Amino acid sequence: MLTTFLILLPLVGALVVAALPLPRTATAGLAFLVALMEVGLWIVAAARFDFDDGGLQLGTSREWVESLGISYSVGFYGFSIWLAGVTVIVSAAAIGYALWVGRDRPRAYHALMLFLTAAVVATFAAQDLLLFYVSFEAMLIPLYVLIGVWGGARRQAATLTFVVYTMVGSLLMLASVVAFGVTQGTFSLVDSGTSDNVWIFLGFAIAFAVKAPLFPFHGWLPLAYREAPVEVAAVLSAIVSKTAIYGFLRIGLPKFPEPVDDLTVPILVLAATGLVYGSVLAFRAPDLRGIVAYSSMAQMGLITLGVFAGNDLGIDGAVLQSVAHALISASMFLLVGMVERRCGTGELDGLGGMARGRPVLATVLLAAGVIALAVPGSATFAGEFLIIAGVYEQGWGYAAIAALGIVLAAMYTLRLISAVLHVRPGPAVRDEALDLRSGEVALVLPLVVCLLVLSAWPALVSQSSFADDRPAQVLAEGFPR
Amino acid sequence: MIETPSVDWFALSPTLALLGAAGVALMVAVLLPPWMRKGVSAATAFVGFVLAAGLAGYVFDQSPTAEALIGESMTRDRLAALTQVILGVTGAVVVLVSWAERRRAGHGEYYALLATAGAGMVFFVGAGNLMTLFLGLEWFSLCLYVLVAFDADRAASLEASLKYLIVGGFGSAVLLFGSALVYGATGELGFSQIAAAGAGDDAFLVAGLAMILAGLAFKVSAAPFHMWTPDVYEGAPTSVTAFMSAATKAAAMVVTLRLLVTAFPEESDIWTIAVAVLACVSLVWGNLGALAQRDLKRLLAYSSISHAGFLLIAVAAASERGTEALLYYLVPYSAMSVGAFAVVAARERELGKAVTLESLAGLGWERPLYGVSMWIFMLGFAGFPLTGGLFGKLFVFSAAYDSGDWWLVLVGVAATMVSLAYYLNVVRWMYMRSGVELRLAPAGGSPPYDPALATAVGAAVFVTVGSFFAAQPILDLAADAAASLPF
Repeated sequence: MLTTFLILLPLVGALVVAALPLPRTATAGLAFLVALMEVGLWIVAAARFDFDDGGLQLGTSREWVESLGISYSVGFYGFSIWLAGVTVIVSAAAIGYALWVGRDRPRAYHALMLFLTAAVVATFAAQDLLLFYVSFEAMLIPLYVLIGVWGGARRQAATLTFVVYTMVGSLLMLASVVAFGVTQGTFSLVDSGTSDNVWIFLGFAIAFAVKAPLFPFHGWLPLAYREAPVEVAAVLSAIVSKTAIYGFLRIGLPKFPEPVDDLTVPILVLAATGLVYGSVLAFRAPDLRGIVAYSSMAQMGLITLGVFAGNDLGIDGAVLQSVAHALISASMFLLVGMVERRCGTGELDGLGGMARGRPVLATVLLAAGVIALAVPGSATFAGEFLIIAGVYEQGWGYAAIAALGIVLAAMYTLRLISAVLHVRPGPAVRDEALDLRSGEVALVLPLVVCLLVLSAWPALVSQSSFADDRPAQVLAEGFPR
Repeated sequence: MIETPSVDWFALSPTLALLGAAGVALMVAVLLPPWMRKGVSAATAFVGFVLAAGLAGYVFDQSPTAEALIGESMTRDRLAALTQVILGVTGAVVVLVSWAERRRAGHGEYYALLATAGAGMVFFVGAGNLMTLFLGLEWFSLCLYVLVAFDADRAASLEASLKYLIVGGFGSAVLLFGSALVYGATGELGFSQIAAAGAGDDAFLVAGLAMILAGLAFKVSAAPFHMWTPDVYEGAPTSVTAFMSAATKAAAMVVTLRLLVTAFPEESDIWTIAVAVLACVSLVWGNLGALAQRDLKRLLAYSSISHAGFLLIAVAAASERGTEALLYYLVPYSAMSVGAFAVVAARERELGKAVTLESLAGLGWERPLYGVSMWIFMLGFAGFPLTGGLFGKLFVFSAAYDSGDWWLVLVGVAATMVSLAYYLNVVRWMYMRSGVELRLAPAGGSPPYDPALATAVGAAVFVTVGSFFAAQPILDLAADAAASLPF
């Protein structure tokens, strides 16, 4: 039941926020309160969760469309409860940021944000293929409007490319869902067996590759991440992209062992290409959002390497890295938003020298950046190390490229830090641009603290994600009930 | 003395209820003082439609097995009864949509015609031989010709009616000719007798089948027999368009399925291919045509052509599962269709001119109820989750996949991708462009308060969203109805 509550709370919150004619701040505050309650509810859920069990927990299952074998069936495994955890935390931070900034038409805005939260949580909890599709698609509805209405100057082009890319992927997935469900006679992810049909797998894989995004399906990324309101971009890159990883882990690998075997090499090559290509683009990007956006694409390539390494190390690393990257990417995007608000631009040419007189900004940005570039001892270092060790078994070349990716990550992250904090003060940086206010710190600091905790204890996530910490075995034998 | 067949009045009661309502509405137009005519005739038509739906529901409950009536010219079964319920509810909602139509006179006649057209459709779906089929078809078509021309002071309305009359008349003639050929080949008119005659691949029979199919394709506006649809939908009064897009399509689609399955089971390898081709052409033509439209009614007309394609995929499956999918699909489709045209009607009455995409600008923010509803209808048409449109598409696709037509699934998926472009374009115009930006002020300040229309839109939203969550109960009813066809 707890899982259902986790999905329903933001949904009901969204309806209430949309319906109550409250003043602007009260509406946003109410939404933030709902988001915080959702975090609290998740903490309760995590406390009740038995990480040693390995089976499906906190679940509910109800028949929905019996004649086709569709059910409303939700629940969590170790790795998905962690993904749901970062979802509620990042959503709370994003909604808090929207409250701080004061978005126009707050009722619609916050209702959509809460709806988005519910959809992402439902995606991570879905144990029925159709329910998964429903929540996966439902994410698109609020995102479309959030970018299209509250986005920047080129928002309409951004929404168009975003929707076209994601819907092409999603509808291919719908065809695959139908084919898989009808052949299996059930849509339940728990009950259904495996399939050796490459085309059905490709339908899923393309949908996930677009959502992540993986090279070469990333065409929507630069515009969407640049034009979206910054907290929406944070949600998009931090948690929406992780639904793709969840899809690979919950559906792609366990349900299609043979197609995955056949296609591992091309997927690994594409992921490695995406990692290098994204890193280079991030290094070349002329603005803050470009750096964070392309770095997100590079990181998704790295995580995919871990997933398709197909062994314990790689998959553990992928889950850890997903959680860590969600926190980093969200804090980086929020920090970028705060810098942009102060300077009126995210162009690197206009920025610089902000460390002087703004110690809090400098400290928080540096801390987030240092974790992002995976210094030894950070959560990302642990994640990347696991992924490299895992993918090494598939071939030393992939490991070498992944290691190169880490070097490149250091380059682009340091470029971002120095372009904002150091070098000469840019023309857009005026003395009136203040240090971070306490409200802003209160939004970013929890994310950074989570990262620090995870850095101190990465095994918290990586060893509790799968039954007996044997992910490869779980994926090969199917998830336990 | 001529022996007369016994008549099952109970099975005909939905038709009779609507005919009665039409008669009362006509009397009202003559006998009551002018100020009462609109209210009383609208109420009569509304009651007639609701009564018809209720009676059809009772017939559904009382008819577990299919029966032939009145010399086997009609059929009493759950398929007909369920469709009649859909038609009745649709008609009742259309009465609500029509209520605030600005019209000086002719209220009694309008509602009488609407109820008569409904009676014709309700009769049509129970047809058991080729003559009652033709009779029902002409019955509701003649009413629709007049209804389309009802705003006689608008040239567009008259033009639309003339086009509909000519093309529709042509379609009926083709259908009649086809019936004659089938009669020539088999010597029978009844659906089951035609099947029993076992004429095999007789050339007359196949030619007749093709012509009957073409005649029905005119009514469901499947491409390439759709040419009248955009013009007629655009020119007709919007409430009539709403009625045609939902009710005519539902009735004609169910009759097409019934005819093909009961009368031509031997030829199923021929007609499944023909229907699949019609479906593909409709999907391609409807979706590509809709991309180019600026006028919202034309856009929705092309969208209805593409939905005819989806429904025909279910017919082409020629299975029990396909029938269930078809009947399920009709429920959210009718709701979304009537709802979308109702929102168009609201905007039209507000602005006093035809609704284009440009004149939707800012609607989402100015009229939150209509905006959100239209958004839901567009998402539903496109098959998004949280609307019945998703399950409609899912059931249709799984029926097609089950019958081995996996390529139809791919065509349907590709068509859905294209359709997103224009459905989401509507949302974009409503929410992402403001009216102020385009200097488009509503004609007369705030719109007239129209609780009937708002109720209609609310009901449509309720059905659209409700059919998503309550998919199984609807599917159960559809399964009961599908069981009355011989598969």
